[in-house]
Amino acid sequence: MAVTPEVEVVQGIRSDYKYGFSNPDEAEDYFFKSGRGLNHEIVEAISAHKNEPEWMRKFRHKSLDYFLARPLPTWGGNVAEIDFENIFYYISPTEKQADKWEDLPAEILDTWNKLGIPEAEKKYLAGVGAQYESEVVYHKLQADLEAKGVIFLDMDSALREHEDIVKQYFGTIIPQNDNKFAALNSAVWSGGSFIYVPPGVRIEMPLQAYFRINAENMGQFERTLLLVDEDAYVHYVEGCTAPIYSSDSLHSAVVEIIVKPRGRCRYTTIQNWSNNVYNLVTKRAVAYEDATMEWVDGNLGSKLTMKYPAIWLMGERAHGEVLSIAFAGDGQHQDAGGKCVHVAPNTSSVITSKSISKNGGRAGYRGLLQVSKGAHGSKSKVVCDALILDEESRSDTYPYIQIDESNVDIGHEATVSKIGEEQLFYLMSRGLSESEASALIVSGFVEPITKELPLEYAVEMNRLIQLQMEGSVG
Amino acid sequence: MALLELRNLHVALEDGTEIVKGVDLKVDVGETHAIMGPNGSGKSTLSYAIMGHPAYEVTEGEILFDGENVAQMGADERAQRGLFLAFQYPHAIPGVTVTSFLRSALNAIRKAKNGGEDDPVAIPEFRKELLSQMDRLKVSRELASRYLNDGFSGGEKKRVEILQMAMLKPRIAVLDETDSGLDIDALQIVAKGVKELVGPDMGALIITHYQRILNYVQPDFVHVFVDGKIVEEGGPELAHKLEAEGYEAFTPVAVGGES
Repeated sequence: MAVTPEVEVVQGIRSDYKYGFSNPDEAEDYFFKSGRGLNHEIVEAISAHKNEPEWMRKFRHKSLDYFLARPLPTWGGNVAEIDFENIFYYISPTEKQADKWEDLPAEILDTWNKLGIPEAEKKYLAGVGAQYESEVVYHKLQADLEAKGVIFLDMDSALREHEDIVKQYFGTIIPQNDNKFAALNSAVWSGGSFIYVPPGVRIEMPLQAYFRINAENMGQFERTLLLVDEDAYVHYVEGCTAPIYSSDSLHSAVVEIIVKPRGRCRYTTIQNWSNNVYNLVTKRAVAYEDATMEWVDGNLGSKLTMKYPAIWLMGERAHGEVLSIAFAGDGQHQDAGGKCVHVAPNTSSVITSKSISKNGGRAGYRGLLQVSKGAHGSKSKVVCDALILDEESRSDTYPYIQIDESNVDIGHEATVSKIGEEQLFYLMSRGLSESEASALIVSGFVEPITKELPLEYAVEMNRLIQLQMEGSVG
Repeated sequence: MALLELRNLHVALEDGTEIVKGVDLKVDVGETHAIMGPNGSGKSTLSYAIMGHPAYEVTEGEILFDGENVAQMGADERAQRGLFLAFQYPHAIPGVTVTSFLRSALNAIRKAKNGGEDDPVAIPEFRKELLSQMDRLKVSRELASRYLNDGFSGGEKKRVEILQMAMLKPRIAVLDETDSGLDIDALQIVAKGVKELVGPDMGALIITHYQRILNYVQPDFVHVFVDGKIVEEGGPELAHKLEAEGYEAFTPVAVGGES
């Protein structure tokens, strides 16, 4: 009998992190694993293993050059401690992808069962992708959507099966040299989702992707590309977890989205990485005429998150929304926010940020609002509210605003608050414990965002907040 | 023994200033008590102290609830045992609807009664009870999905306090100046709510400056509260005397310092 504990716990508020299990039995059983560290040989090995076309191979090598040449950012969080030489950049857990849960290797299936993904798929998802380490191991799209021409594939399969579309758009929204971590992703990317929604097709149930890091010192670099054609609609939801190891892992994704005229895309993320994951993600969308792009971004986990989902409003009357929640507990730094760039006239945007910090955590809003010359009649509203739960915790707000057009309507509001003793007493006088009362106040604080989530995710989000609050007050 | 007993209760602020200076009081189920006193007499402090507000310290004496001294317990534990305070100024909890708040509170109390194990109320049963109580107390159904006390009028807040009382079914309810800021209609509804709940399962302690609410809820006992002490006790006729003569007759000739 193996006596390895299924859940490794660490001290601190997230000691009850319920996704902290790992599957030790299969740790040495990977199908393909690159060595530690990063150089052109590793990039070559990844590309060769995937049997990629020449243009992608070159793209990767060039991206690596950019990554190596660029300095680390000196703003945001402390990324200087990342040991790039100690990371596995590519681990393939299985030889082939499954489209039935039963076909997955037992250890991987066990992980998804613990996370509750198969049940979720049966209940309310139009399609699921599940990525384990570097590779998507499971993929399924409802048959009727497939018949309507919807494509939902992992990015590697998309590159094989729809190379022309991938080549046309890949790296056009986020160039490979956009920033150091986008360059890193471009060099070693693996997995992620590719979605194409044909004109007029509205997918009412969400498509979901689930990302799981299981190996220690793993780097996960998924690459996602969403194309929403004219008058089409899709809601894509992603969730992320990892086991708790003593040394750090790195997650650095790139997500590119194109929303064609009158199309609408909503992209929801509930990030609950364990507290030793650096989460450095670049997300950017372009929205054309009368299109709507919405980012709903919940950051509860990770050691450091630097993520500012962006929307470029390229066509007249395009609308963009960013809803961001950041919750930082002990040892966590959430540098989250959003960017909206108004390029075309009469475009509109709303950025709503809610950050909570406790037990010495640091949460903040960093955002950009830019209106280009000629984008007259544009409207934007930025609201950032911070809730600080104790004296040791910290909140920062960095709202960059650059307006090059005079005929615009811009609003910015920011508040910082604490939970009042009177509010707590009021709730406790109704029988709620101090932590239950605090959790209720916090869930109310983030309600403007949770009410935008599909019900199951709203419930999950409130449960995660409750977990974050438990045993930490008083 | 009465369900709630205050024995020689002394309450001080964090800076040591004594506000409640030795109160003895017994309130049992089926009884309606009124504590009447002028502004600044320490009435609200007394109600906060009974409920367990952390800013008020019991420096001497006991608060016995069902024979158990609850003076050092948190407000949550007291509520779980069956104490309730209707606030003079209820606080807003933005983002939390009246419905979800009430369900959380009810479940917290049920959990405590179930020995710490979750025992959530069935949602259809809860909804039915909530709607019937709202109709009875003439609380507009629209309030159920609004955020608790957020943007409520004074009258709406007070009605929702009584709604909470009706839903949580305490054994002793303390009502702190529930009549202040209410028009006659609202006052009648609030009074009706209290009257209907007082009985074999609940007793009430109404804390008030005016005797106005007492026109609608006849108290069994009236206690006159001046400068942190009960200075006179009697039946409902005492309230009328107060209304006619004011508090002057009860004000000590020399309002003493600390003696």
